[in-house]
Amino acid sequence: MTRLITSGFSHFILFIGILIMIVPVWMIFASSTHTGLTINTHGLQMFLGDSFYENYMRVLLYQGGFFKEITALKMFLNSFIMATGVAILSVITSLMAAYALVYYRTKYATLLFWIIFVTILVPLELRIFPTYSVMAELNLVNSYFGLIVPISASAIATLFFRQFYKTVPDELLESAKLDGANTWRFFVDFLVPLSKTMIVAMLIFMFVFGYNQYLWPLLVTSSEQYWTVVMGLKMMSGSIVHRFAFVMMSMVPPILIIIVLQKHFIKGVFQDK
Amino acid sequence: MKKVQFKSSYSQYLFLAPQLGILLIFLYWPIIQTFRDAFTMQDAFGFGTQFVWFDNFLFIFDDPAYWIAFKFTIIYSFVITLITASIGLLLAVQANNVMHGKSAYKTLLIWPYAIAPAVVGVMANYFFSERFGLLYHLFNNLWGFNWYESVFDSYIYLIIAGSWKQISANFIFFLAGLQAIQRSVIEASMIDCKNSVRRFWTITFPLLMPTTFFLIIINITYAFFDTFGIIDTTTIGAPSGETRTLVYKAYMDGFRGLDLGSAGAQSIMMMFIVLFITIFQFRYIEGRIHYN
Repeated sequence: MTRLITSGFSHFILFIGILIMIVPVWMIFASSTHTGLTINTHGLQMFLGDSFYENYMRVLLYQGGFFKEITALKMFLNSFIMATGVAILSVITSLMAAYALVYYRTKYATLLFWIIFVTILVPLELRIFPTYSVMAELNLVNSYFGLIVPISASAIATLFFRQFYKTVPDELLESAKLDGANTWRFFVDFLVPLSKTMIVAMLIFMFVFGYNQYLWPLLVTSSEQYWTVVMGLKMMSGSIVHRFAFVMMSMVPPILIIIVLQKHFIKGVFQDK
Repeated sequence: MKKVQFKSSYSQYLFLAPQLGILLIFLYWPIIQTFRDAFTMQDAFGFGTQFVWFDNFLFIFDDPAYWIAFKFTIIYSFVITLITASIGLLLAVQANNVMHGKSAYKTLLIWPYAIAPAVVGVMANYFFSERFGLLYHLFNNLWGFNWYESVFDSYIYLIIAGSWKQISANFIFFLAGLQAIQRSVIEASMIDCKNSVRRFWTITFPLLMPTTFFLIIINITYAFFDTFGIIDTTTIGAPSGETRTLVYKAYMDGFRGLDLGSAGAQSIMMMFIVLFITIFQFRYIEGRIHYN
C-alpha cells in the first residue's frame, strides 16, 4: 500500500515536470496555427487553429533578410550542412587524436595531453573576435568552411574517446598484433568498429552542438546566403504567427534526433554496457 | 595507461595532425591574439597599436559596468545551478522510483536538452512580452512585475528562461547516476534504515556526489557561456545593463564599441575565472568525495 502511494506521488511529480516542459512549446505550436489577428486580440492559444498549412508554407518559402535573398528552407539547408560538418569533422579528428594518445608510447605524452585538453577551458566565446580576424585573414568569412571548422576545434569528443579506449582490454591489441595488423589496420578494423556506440553518441552530441550555434554564425556570415536557422530567428521579419511557426520548425531537427537516437546517445555518453 | 602500445613513430603524429592542426590555427592562434589585444591599445585614428601593459585591465576594473556584469554572472550561475540541479534531482529520483513507464518519462523529459539557447530565449520572449505574455501578466498581477524597469524582475525573467532547458541535462545525468548505484547497496540500506527520506540523504545522495559535482561544473559553464543566446533574444541587458553576463558584456564592448583591447582583457579575466573554478574543483572537491 505505501509502495502504491509513493509511486503515485512519483508519477504526479513527473507529470508536473513534463507539463512544465511541454506546455510552453505546445502553446507556441498551437498559436502558430492561428491567424495574426487571433493572437493580437486573444493572446497565445491553447488549441489548434486552421492556418497551419498557410503559415508554415509561407515561412518556408518567404524571401527574408535585409536584401530578401534567403528563404527559411535555405537556412535549414545551411544549418544541416554546418551541423553535419561539425559532427563529422570533430568526431573523425577526435577519434584519431585519442588513438594516438592512448595507443602510443612517447615521451611527449603529457605535453600532448595538455595541449589538447586545456582547450576545453577556452570556449569559442572567449576568443571570438581574434577567431574572426583569423578567419578574415584566411579569407574564410562567408563560407561553410568558416562556419564549420572553428566550431570543430573542440577536444570534448577526444576526452570521451580517450576514456572509452582505456576500457578496451589490452588483449585486443595483442591478438591483433599476432594477426599481423599494423597500427592503421588495428585502428580501422578493430578499434573503430568497437567504438561504434561511442561514435554515434558523439556524432549526435556534436550535431546538436553545431546546429545550436548562435553567436558564431551571427559574426562570420555577413552574406545572407550563409545564414543558419538559429541565428535567422533574430533576423526574420514577418507577422507574429510566422515567427511562431519559424521557432517551431527551428527546434524540430535536434529534438527529433535526440528522441529517435536517444538510446545510442545515452549508451555512449554514460558508457552503459 | 595501456600495457601494450605501439612504439612512438611518425604514424602517431599522422593521427594527431588533423586535430592538432585545427586547434593550433583556430584556437591557439586566436588565443595568442587575445593576449596581444589585451596588452595593446589602438590609437585614436586606428593607424597603429601601442603596448600599454595592464592599462586595459585597470580600465575594466575601474568600470562600474564590469562589476555589475560580474555580480550578475555570479548570481545567475549560482541560482541556475541550484534550481536546475534540485529540480533535475527531484525528477530523477521519482523516475528511478517508478516501476512502470521509466523509459517513457526519460523520453518526455530529455528533449528540451536539444533546443538551442537562442530558441529558448525567443520562446521565453513570448511568455514575458507586455502585450500577450502569460507569465508577464501573471507576475504583474501578483507583485507588479515589470522587467523593463525592475532589475529584480529581469533577473526572474532570465532565471526562468535560463533554467528551463537545463533541467533536462541535470535530470539525465542524475538518473544515470542513480541507476549506476548498485542494487545491493540500496537493499542493504533498506534493512538498516526504514525511513526513506533519511536513507536518501545519508546513503544515496553521498553516492551521487561525483555526478553532482560534474553537473555543477556543467551548469556553471552553461550559465557563463551558453546563456549568451538567451540574453541576446530576451532582455538584451535590460533594464540598463544589469542583466549582462561577463561574456555578453565583452562581446558588446568588442562588437558595438569596437574596443578590442577591453574585450581581450575581459576574455582573459574570464579564462582565469574558468581556470580557477576548474582547479578548485579538482583540488578541493574531487579529493573529498566517494566514488563507488
